[in-house]
Amino acid sequence: MSSTHELSKMRSDELTPDLFEKLDRDDVRVDTVSRASLTAWQDIRMRLTSNKLAMFGFFLIIVMVLLAIFMPFIWPFDHYTNNLTNTNKPPDAKHWFGTDDLGRDMFERVWMGARISLFVGVAAALIDLVIGIIYGGIMGYYGGKIDEVMNRFAEILYSIPYLLVVILLLVVMEPSLTTIIIAMSITGWVNMAWIVRGQVMQLKNQEYALASKALGAGEMRIIFRHLIPNAMGPILVTLTLTIPNAIFTEAFLSFLGLGVQSPVASWGTMINDGVGGLFYYPWRLFFPAIFLSIVIFAFNVFGDGLRDAFDPKLRK
Amino acid sequence: MLRFISGKFLFMLLSMFLLITATFFLMNAIPGSPLQGEKATSEAVQKNLEAYYGLDKPLIVQYGKYLENLLHGDLGISMKMKFRSVDKMIAESFGPSLRLGITALITSVVVGCILGILAAMHHRKLLDNLAMTIAVIGLAIPSIVLAPTMQYFLGTKLGWFNVAGLDGPLDYVLPTIALASGPIAFIARLLRSTMIEVLGSDFIKTAKSKGLSGYVIVVKHAFRNSMLPVVTYLGYLTAGIITGSVVVENIFAIPGIGKHFVTSIIDRDYPLIMGITIFYAAILMLTRFLADVAYVLVDPRMRSGGKVGK
Amino acid sequence: MKGKFKQSAKFLSILVIAISMLLSACTNNGDKPTANEGNTNASNEETKAPQEFRFTLGSNPPSLDPALMTDAQSSIVAAGLYEGLTRLNTKGEPENAIAQDITVSEDGKTYTIKLRNDVKWSNGDSVTAHDFEYAWKRALNPETASEYAYMLYYLENGEKYNNGEATADEVGVKAKDDYTLEVKLYAPAPYFTSLIAHYTYLPVHQATVEAAPDWASEAKSIVSNGPFILTSWAHGDKLVLEKNPNYFNKDAISFDKVTISIVVDNNTVYQMFETDKIDWIGAQAGSLPADLTQQLIKDGKAEVTPVASLYYYLFNNEKPPFNNVKVRKAFAMAIDRQSLVDNVAQANQQPAYGMVPPSISVPGGQDFREAYPDNYFTDNVEEAKKLLAEGLAEEGLSELPEITLLYNTDDNHKKLAEAIVDMWRKALGVEVKLANQEWGTFLETRKAGQFDIARSGWGADINHPINFTYDLIHSKSGNNDGRYNNPKVDELLNNSLVAETSDKSIQMMAEAERIAIEEDMAALPLFYYTTVTMLKDGFTGVVSDYAGHLDWVHGSKQ
Repeated sequence: MSSTHELSKMRSDELTPDLFEKLDRDDVRVDTVSRASLTAWQDIRMRLTSNKLAMFGFFLIIVMVLLAIFMPFIWPFDHYTNNLTNTNKPPDAKHWFGTDDLGRDMFERVWMGARISLFVGVAAALIDLVIGIIYGGIMGYYGGKIDEVMNRFAEILYSIPYLLVVILLLVVMEPSLTTIIIAMSITGWVNMAWIVRGQVMQLKNQEYALASKALGAGEMRIIFRHLIPNAMGPILVTLTLTIPNAIFTEAFLSFLGLGVQSPVASWGTMINDGVGGLFYYPWRLFFPAIFLSIVIFAFNVFGDGLRDAFDPKLRK
Repeated sequence: MLRFISGKFLFMLLSMFLLITATFFLMNAIPGSPLQGEKATSEAVQKNLEAYYGLDKPLIVQYGKYLENLLHGDLGISMKMKFRSVDKMIAESFGPSLRLGITALITSVVVGCILGILAAMHHRKLLDNLAMTIAVIGLAIPSIVLAPTMQYFLGTKLGWFNVAGLDGPLDYVLPTIALASGPIAFIARLLRSTMIEVLGSDFIKTAKSKGLSGYVIVVKHAFRNSMLPVVTYLGYLTAGIITGSVVVENIFAIPGIGKHFVTSIIDRDYPLIMGITIFYAAILMLTRFLADVAYVLVDPRMRSGGKVGK
Repeated sequence: MKGKFKQSAKFLSILVIAISMLLSACTNNGDKPTANEGNTNASNEETKAPQEFRFTLGSNPPSLDPALMTDAQSSIVAAGLYEGLTRLNTKGEPENAIAQDITVSEDGKTYTIKLRNDVKWSNGDSVTAHDFEYAWKRALNPETASEYAYMLYYLENGEKYNNGEATADEVGVKAKDDYTLEVKLYAPAPYFTSLIAHYTYLPVHQATVEAAPDWASEAKSIVSNGPFILTSWAHGDKLVLEKNPNYFNKDAISFDKVTISIVVDNNTVYQMFETDKIDWIGAQAGSLPADLTQQLIKDGKAEVTPVASLYYYLFNNEKPPFNNVKVRKAFAMAIDRQSLVDNVAQANQQPAYGMVPPSISVPGGQDFREAYPDNYFTDNVEEAKKLLAEGLAEEGLSELPEITLLYNTDDNHKKLAEAIVDMWRKALGVEVKLANQEWGTFLETRKAGQFDIARSGWGADINHPINFTYDLIHSKSGNNDGRYNNPKVDELLNNSLVAETSDKSIQMMAEAERIAIEEDMAALPLFYYTTVTMLKDGFTGVVSDYAGHLDWVHGSKQ
């Protein structure tokens, strides 16, 4: 109310050109709302670190990574030597997580598997994030023919039978982690791109985006500086889904011979193998599954914390 | 509007053509042949078979022939299931998958939305944590583990459900849970994430200041405004879920279409590969188009067809 | 708007399929429960008095047309639907079925077969010698494109006709009258009476076949002549067979109804057995979950039956280091087969030191392995180490090149490969890499010889050692993917085909096998398969046959 009152008061005064001073446009970041003390990143970090649950998730991730790196060096068993007289043994003091169907130590295998699964999960998520945001952001912002063409291209990629692509890759490339990441990157980002597209399509019509545009901000700046950060919620949720998806896709690819070859096994592979003995040797499934759940939990709460930290509306 | 839609269809047609072309040459590029078995057949038998299926002609001729047949609505006959026409195989197996898929889809949306709303309304409180724990479990336990576990405990041990088949309404329960657990988790998390934002926005604060109760605000204002990412997700989830899941179908012995996506390629059953690829793509394009239409319902400002950027 | 649509018939057709299916599926949804309730009620009533037998198959039978069948699943169903000239008993010996009397000429090349005159097709027509003549010539006709046409190459001019080099009239099969069939072979085949029990030799109903090429893909259009009639076939879901009231030997048949469900997942099959939805598991009609078999065998709940199939690895005989016989022997001897069977394969398989499985018999009924035991080598780590060193020295190698073991994607193959690689590591100190490929790629890679060691398995088409000798170790055989080539072996096998007596023929095959394994180690035999089966109490006469296929036709329930 008071602002309208002031406005009307101003109007009543005489406005003459000499009351104004011309500013050179380049001198001023017109679209930047300045908040004196903190940069955006400092602000995000501060709010993230004050979120206890998110920090707990972060801590869990770090612990998992450290265990995956160092445990296989420390533990007295290796992951490949068979012991055919000691197969399918439940956990005990010697084999903490029991043994598998070839008498191999499950504890060692779980941490060897963690290396692959964590790497694959995070790498695939990052690739999906980067490609998905750029592709989806452009699709959503420009709309029209550009959107149509990019959208159809994504749909074609998404519709080509994945198994065909995998078999072809198997022929032209050696099985390795790199091959797995490539196989996942071919279509993995499409979901992310569609989510981003939807969000950007909605956000670009909102006042602040229109205002920013009216103030002459560049298109890329609008997309990546204003629209994407506001779409961070759905993006991070999609990202936390990508991680378990990637871990299970890796198992599928390894099963087809594209990925890491046995005797090394990822969590996904161990879970697939353990399903057969689910009711007889549950530890073969339980340990990889429980650590996978912990990792997914950790990424989810950390993702939530990130989301909250990014959300400009939650700024105090 | 008419021009808009016909324009869209032209694009879809073009991309369908590109997809057909890509898949056709891709499946011929990979090693293996539909006529190859473990036991080697004599050269004569091999030649007879190739002639029978037209595989003795140059690839480009086969491709032309396929397109020509397709224009007449003929998807060809399976090379594995002798003399069974591909459209019949798709039609027969799509029924069970569609029925199960729609059940799972509705379950996912209803349960996912309820969990998501509860979590958002009680952000960082007990209900939120509970709902999100359920969601994390849904994400972490794949159907390959969930399905046999339910089958064993609820089917074999307790005898509440049949372990396999899709004959009575009760038979839908276990496969539906197996299919819906992932989507429930994802929808709940998506909705929670956007709804927390919406609930923190000015117009909701205004509504609150007007004295509206929490549930009225959520149902009347926040829900619709938070649905956009869920609608996007449903756009591609629908196509995936109604065309079946090979894991769930195998475990519950459901005669659905999902397994064709895998077996047709393992068998190198060329006409079936093409048939289900086209079928899936048509559904995907349709459901994604419907999602785009639904955007406008969620947020009327998106009607302009997205020309703001220009 | 419709006008715009019409621009493309192609897109429309796709769209229409999608939408019509959507609609039909929705309407089905409404009808379905009532239709099914009817079914369940009916079957509940039936289970009281009439005998029903239920089992599963791992895949929908690709075809029930005798000329086009190639797989175990189809043959298990076909055994109930069709009747041939002979039928193998559970031991794999031929017994007369439609044939009443079989006489063989002096030179063993001409068979005169008298047929029963009381056999009817399911549409009421009589089954005559003409039906057999038609069926066999049809299978050989190049236009039929039968994969198993080669099963009929024993007939005079059979191969030539299939190659398009002879006419149908020149093929050595002729109906002398309605109930006399004369068959001329290009060479004596003492096992011909077994051969004609094979499904490729089953008769078909000419008018039905000529009316519609897809006659055998739906229950309602199949015309058959066997103990059972196919009453419904929901593809990918269920097949129902009912006793044929017009079957000539119907008193020998006890089951009134047979329900076959298509179930892919082993664990599901077992849960169905536990919840009393099926009566049988095993022998290509469902299999037990691998993690469970050992316990079930130990508890006496499951039975183990040997199968005429061999699990073995191929050496690439043309590529170093396995072009060296000593290296091949070293790898073969470094495996502890008994431990592999006991701890990894876990279904009481018999360790293999030869190629021909024990359940293969020779004409006359004796087991082949009784006459010619497979003591061609032993598991011997010390000897293996010595041979490896010698072999490497012969090849002028200081150490082994990188070796990869290729197998087709499968949990069991993977487990075995991991165990074997570990045995090689411990015994020989060699590091063998593992690689797997999905089936189609694997077959092509293996055929092209792009491997060092590759997994392989081989089953019998007929109960005769020729399956495992000529097919696997003859240099001209299309199945000799390890490219083993020893002229001495080829000569023995060639001569065995034209030997004067059956005994001599078998002897030559056995000698060829001995040379290939004892002297040359052409391939690496691991074990002879078994099948683990479970049957509900009260059933008798349901067994796994010599080849490991379910034989249910003569079963009964108390």
